[in-house]
Amino acid sequence: MAFQIVLNLFIAFVWMFLKVSYDPSTFLIGYLLGLGMIFLMRRFFPSRFYLHNVLAVIYLTLLFLYELLKANISVVKIVLKPKLDFHPGIFAYETELKKDWEITLLSNLITLTPGTLVVDVFEENGKNILYIHAIHVPDVEEAVNGIKNTFEKAILEVSR
Amino acid sequence: MTGILEFVVLAFILIGAFFSLVAAIGVVRLPDVYTRNHAASKSATLGVMFILIGTFLYFAAEGHTNTRLILAIVFIFLTSPVGGHLINRAAYYTGVNMWDQSVRDDLREKVGYGKRKSPEDTGGKIS
Repeated sequence: MAFQIVLNLFIAFVWMFLKVSYDPSTFLIGYLLGLGMIFLMRRFFPSRFYLHNVLAVIYLTLLFLYELLKANISVVKIVLKPKLDFHPGIFAYETELKKDWEITLLSNLITLTPGTLVVDVFEENGKNILYIHAIHVPDVEEAVNGIKNTFEKAILEVSR
Repeated sequence: MTGILEFVVLAFILIGAFFSLVAAIGVVRLPDVYTRNHAASKSATLGVMFILIGTFLYFAAEGHTNTRLILAIVFIFLTSPVGGHLINRAAYYTGVNMWDQSVRDDLREKVGYGKRKSPEDTGGKIS
């Protein structure tokens, strides 16, 4: 993926040299032309066309912001409720993700989702297990598993 | 500065202040370290982010685009969940007990602390 970006920048510079003009608009045109070329030649690269990864990163960022907003509304509800009638607890969650940066990103996402906070991460026979403190265990666990499946999918989409 | 933009800036700063206030109330009201951390690490993050966005919009409308505010938003966004996680982890390993209403603790089986009390046998005391 990084190779394709470098190649695209290289094509843009070649275009600037061909046109003998060095302003940003020429660079932009060259970059778009390079994007088209790489799209046409996408079968010859070992990884997929890099615009997919860029879109996946943007999607993940938007998901992050949306979850942060939702988490805050749920915290406001819990804090301002007259009765403290929630049941916290720590539960284990097994993740499919392998690389360190993916697990860090997933932990950050989980920490900012409604009602969950990562306490510790362990590696156990090839699987990584996250220990998560949930603010209300009985109803959160199902919903949280659903949310994390979308997160895990989004992170896998970026790293593939 | 136009009227609509003024209202947007006002809304951003007021919402940010509200979230910060709720975070402060949550730190006072919630029963143990872990639940307090929920309030502190989420609401405080979003509160500060909203206030910074409001400040950025205010000065951008006056003609100063201060990119340091954007950087500050990104840094807070990246570092505050990590801070919350580390405080939680440190609290867990130094043996801070959970609230007596806590229902399960999977990490206890894994770590196997002898002196740690489980949520079932603290008997309503928070130490």
